[in-house]
Amino acid sequence: MASSDGQGNGGRAGATPDRLPAPFPSLAARLVGGGRTGTLVGLALLAIGASWVLYQVLQNGLGDTGNVPNFLIITLNALSLAGLFFLAASGLTLIFGLMKVVNMAHGSLYLLGGYVAWALTTAGVNWWLAVAVATLSAGVVGLLMEQAFLRWNLGQDLRQALITIAVSVILADQMLNYFGGTAQTITPPGELGASIGLGVYGLAYPTFRIFVIGAAVVVGGLLWLWIQRTRFGMIIRAGIDDGPMTSALGVNVPVVFAAAFFVGSCLAGLGGVFGGTVLALAPGQDISFLTSSIVVVIIGGMGSLGGTAVGALLLAFVEAYSQVYLPSGYAPYSMVVTFILVAAVLALKPTGLFGRAS
Amino acid sequence: MPPEEILAIRDLQAFYGGAHVLHGLTASIQSGATAVLGRNGMGKTTLCRALMGITPPRTQGSVRFGEAELIGSPPHRICRAGIGYVPQGRRLFRSLTTDEHLRMIDRGLSKRGRWTIDSVYELFPALAERRHVSGVLLSGGEQQMLAIGRALLTNPRLLIMDEPSEGLAPTVVERVVETCRTLLAEGISLLLVEQNLGVATALADRILIMLTGEVALETTAEALLADEAVQRRYLGVERATAG
Repeated sequence: MASSDGQGNGGRAGATPDRLPAPFPSLAARLVGGGRTGTLVGLALLAIGASWVLYQVLQNGLGDTGNVPNFLIITLNALSLAGLFFLAASGLTLIFGLMKVVNMAHGSLYLLGGYVAWALTTAGVNWWLAVAVATLSAGVVGLLMEQAFLRWNLGQDLRQALITIAVSVILADQMLNYFGGTAQTITPPGELGASIGLGVYGLAYPTFRIFVIGAAVVVGGLLWLWIQRTRFGMIIRAGIDDGPMTSALGVNVPVVFAAAFFVGSCLAGLGGVFGGTVLALAPGQDISFLTSSIVVVIIGGMGSLGGTAVGALLLAFVEAYSQVYLPSGYAPYSMVVTFILVAAVLALKPTGLFGRAS
Repeated sequence: MPPEEILAIRDLQAFYGGAHVLHGLTASIQSGATAVLGRNGMGKTTLCRALMGITPPRTQGSVRFGEAELIGSPPHRICRAGIGYVPQGRRLFRSLTTDEHLRMIDRGLSKRGRWTIDSVYELFPALAERRHVSGVLLSGGEQQMLAIGRALLTNPRLLIMDEPSEGLAPTVVERVVETCRTLLAEGISLLLVEQNLGVATALADRILIMLTGEVALETTAEALLADEAVQRRYLGVERATAG
């Protein structure tokens, strides 16, 4: 539990002792927020899952005929999926943490970014330029939505949810109209479209998926530097902690909101380009990635970048491993394992692993 | 310097949803120090929030600060107009270090007057030693210093302080009072909302007493200290007021 505030009720007249600084106000302290028992139960669940997977992997030995080569590929798939989840969800968590807006159109911006890049690359535009244009277009559409509709409804959760759902339905139909209902895949540029040898078991792996993992790490690092090291980042953190007080210190909070919405939407679009290259672009992917992003943000804790990274990894690994390593006959139930993950996190720490009660 | 009107509040109404908290409050705040006293639930904090433009509450009426009309302005404009806010309970940002609390303030604001990050650290040397500590890990007194310091960095002409002595040890309260005297000597006006009669009268000559969302009485520190009946009637909590 977070230490209770010693200066609350009843402290008015008397001498409230000055609080001592905690020696490690760190990730560990926040992770243990669910109480020691909760942490132990969580770690036990993780250990059970991990040992089951390890048993499956190692039961036929380490050789070429065993399960290890397959395991390596699945692990890399999980990592690249985690990269996609992180890109999509980091924008969502930024917007939610700051504005308390659950942007239900986030998945549509993801898909829109992907389709813009697909249209440009099929028209012969350079892939890197297409990435930039697609990312910015998703950002601009998100910014327009925020300025036109959400700015007037701050703090009105239900209205904002309905507005963003409406926008997502309209965008979904428009994209169906312009880009059709068949699945499309963006072709990565030459050097990234090949496969790369892993150097073990004679395995090769698509270079682009490795690139997605690297891109997610780089984007995460840049976001972290932006939020931790710049004055704008300080203002964003202050706004997440206490918006009205930030405003009372002279910060034009609506402008900060607009900037954050733009950046968050850009991240959705970037995720869409990568997703459209690794997986596919099709109607329904918007809802699918919205759901995954929301799950990631719930697991990691709303508004926490580190939590989003951990949530993306957890969700991707649980999805990837449960499809393969559930006992035979139970594979169709792999979805259930995802829900068990969410339920377990919420039961042990309702604010998410790195979340804090507001 | 002769006192002049710094804040003209006319018929200020404030609502939280359907709850009507300020009932047409009218007051003229002069430069220098003014204290607002009153029991819990009389609308003191609501008054601060309404003056600062923080919603809720929803407000109606008029508050003039020099040429500027504050009602309907967002908090950042009110801050830029020259009003600093030290809220009840300090409201420091839990994700920011001491130094970041000061560095996040707009350069334009910290350059328009005498208060800079360096001069705030000069005023509160204890904060300089703990500049890389998270704001919420500071002691209660240091937290109050930081809340005052970041408000000073916006270089206000008027500082609204909501219960600055709340929850602090008597020696620390003494230091807060000293700080307020320094600020007054620097020419900053104070609107001090207090429950602590001693702090209020030590700093302010002019006292406004609030009762159920209105100014019930305007008096002076001297007159209030001399009149125990008034103290009991408006501020005492030990027994119900006699009819």
